[in-house]
Amino acid sequence: MIFEAILLTIITASTPLVIASLGELVTERAGVLNLGVEGMMIMGAVGAFAVAQMTGSPYIGVIAGIVSGAVFSLLFGFLTLTLVANQVATGLALTILGLGASGMLGESFVGIPGIKLPAIAIPLLSDIPFIGPILFKQDIAFYLSIALVLGINWFLFRTRAGLKLRAIGDSHGSAHALGINVIRTRYLAVMFGGACAGLAGAQLSLIYTPQWVENMSAGRGWIALALVVFASWRPWRVLIGGYLFGAVGIAQLHAQIIGQEFGIAIPAQFLSMLPYVATVVVLVLISQNRRTTLINTPASLGKPFVPDR
Amino acid sequence: MRIELERRPRASKLHALLSPLLALALTVFFGGLMFMALGKDPLSALYSFFIEPLLDTWSLHELAIKAAPLILIGVGLSVAYRSNNWNIGAEGQFTVGAIFGSILPIVFAGWQTPLTLPMMLILGALGGALYAGIPALLKAHFNTNEILTSLMLVYVAQLFLDWLARGVWKDPKGFNFPQSVTFSDAATLGPMFESGRAHWAFAFALIAALLTWIMMRFTMKGFQVAVLGQSERAGRFAGFSSRRMIWFSMLFSGALAGLAGISEVAGSIGHIQPIISPGYGFTAIIVAFLGRLNPLGAIASGLVLALTYLGGEAAQLSIGVSDKVTRVFQGLLLFFVLSCDTLILYKVRLVLAGGKSEGKA
Repeated sequence: MIFEAILLTIITASTPLVIASLGELVTERAGVLNLGVEGMMIMGAVGAFAVAQMTGSPYIGVIAGIVSGAVFSLLFGFLTLTLVANQVATGLALTILGLGASGMLGESFVGIPGIKLPAIAIPLLSDIPFIGPILFKQDIAFYLSIALVLGINWFLFRTRAGLKLRAIGDSHGSAHALGINVIRTRYLAVMFGGACAGLAGAQLSLIYTPQWVENMSAGRGWIALALVVFASWRPWRVLIGGYLFGAVGIAQLHAQIIGQEFGIAIPAQFLSMLPYVATVVVLVLISQNRRTTLINTPASLGKPFVPDR
Repeated sequence: MRIELERRPRASKLHALLSPLLALALTVFFGGLMFMALGKDPLSALYSFFIEPLLDTWSLHELAIKAAPLILIGVGLSVAYRSNNWNIGAEGQFTVGAIFGSILPIVFAGWQTPLTLPMMLILGALGGALYAGIPALLKAHFNTNEILTSLMLVYVAQLFLDWLARGVWKDPKGFNFPQSVTFSDAATLGPMFESGRAHWAFAFALIAALLTWIMMRFTMKGFQVAVLGQSERAGRFAGFSSRRMIWFSMLFSGALAGLAGISEVAGSIGHIQPIISPGYGFTAIIVAFLGRLNPLGAIASGLVLALTYLGGEAAQLSIGVSDKVTRVFQGLLLFFVLSCDTLILYKVRLVLAGGKSEGKA
């Protein structure tokens, strides 16, 4: 079934966006703006690929990807939380360093065929016609992405720790005055964001295109950042937005084939522009209303915090 | 062990000067460690990375060629960042500037007069400014975050250039290479000196840095940039429009990036091809910060970062490490600059004992 195949490719293309974006959502809910998603993602991708090659196990690779992203995000945490460096600039630095370091680390892996993560069929559920093969015969990254949406939603809005995290994001001064450890919570939130970006990267180099290509994240980290704004910092909307963006990316591939059949040659470059143009358009539509943007954005987002003693 | 910060009563002038130098020293030190990890002798590797490119006349010319776009873009970004407008799409504005400027020598190849080159440069700056005008418009009137939009537009510009070079602008007599016709002499930016390739873009960069420094230091516009950047509220009380500042800073930085783009094409490359920049627009972000967002500082930092490009090439040839080390060096440098900048506003103390220390208020 062509329709089924298209849906499957959309899911695979959307999963990394959803995962990376969910991680950044938690980071931003704690009031930290980490623009280094692209860098953490590509470090996750190269880490996952390298370890999968060395151990022969893609699952250990996935774990390595998560760890790479989290450890790499600590650099950002140290600079912005301990040394109160500018978050925008530090995030950019993380991306620049990540793209450079991954290029160097991955140089010996270029052209080597990767190890693809196998799909896991869930018994019984995967036998349901149509839905089964699409939703229940997926790889671990997809299942994790769904679990993350549910888990983060529960954590943020149903637990005390989640309430504290949101309090920090909305007013770090008040949270600090109430005795909440702002810096420690933010470190954890930054590392969680890094871990998610790393997992998203692992998905790229072990599932989406099982190989290592320099700059293979191709702006997905930035799209994930835009998705957080699009979702107005709500996990469920990230899921929806992630699939919309994934679908745009896939539509671009199919549009070319369809165009050819009708004898219209749309240059490939213009189709490749689609996801980026779509991101801009969506951002404009979402942020147009100043008031709702102001209400939704964590109030301390991107602001430096130095505890007074 | 813990690190504590204590705010200084006023920003430290000494550290403002020392911080970039300290960052540079740390980068060199960690770079040496990196070379060691790669199994190379760190001293000779650092020598061939940082010193060797400075010893030949031709490589000094190359240094000027690479520094020119970095300084031009970095100067513009310094102004934008000072005003708190985060234009990170200079790479895209560079590309569009190159495209706009190249319309004359490619589409109107026959029009060769002394006016051709100046017109190209103006068109280039105009193209860059127009392209930066998109995120400016979106931020000023639709409240859209300029960081994300300006970056997304980089990809769009690069794809458009790719299409031009492989499509409509491809030289029909070019053996199917993805490049345009070679620019005529009238459309080429000539060398500055007899001794080598360095062309006039370097002079443009120095002039732009100087003029921008004068603007920031002595004019009302520069004052507005500083006030609105530090506190939008304070700026509003003074009657400055932050909306107009968005337009000004984005168009200004875009125009300089566009000028850098057309200068690169007309001076160093001589035709349009799918890739015209080794990431100058992104590296210039580091230039702006290493130069402490000061236009004159951007001259020094632009030269330093140009050296990392040359050093990468040299190290690849002489000690056989990948030229990817360039990007790593650049990333490290930005990290250290940002961490060292903490010293300007804060006293940093290491608290060795565990538990709560009695800090001074």
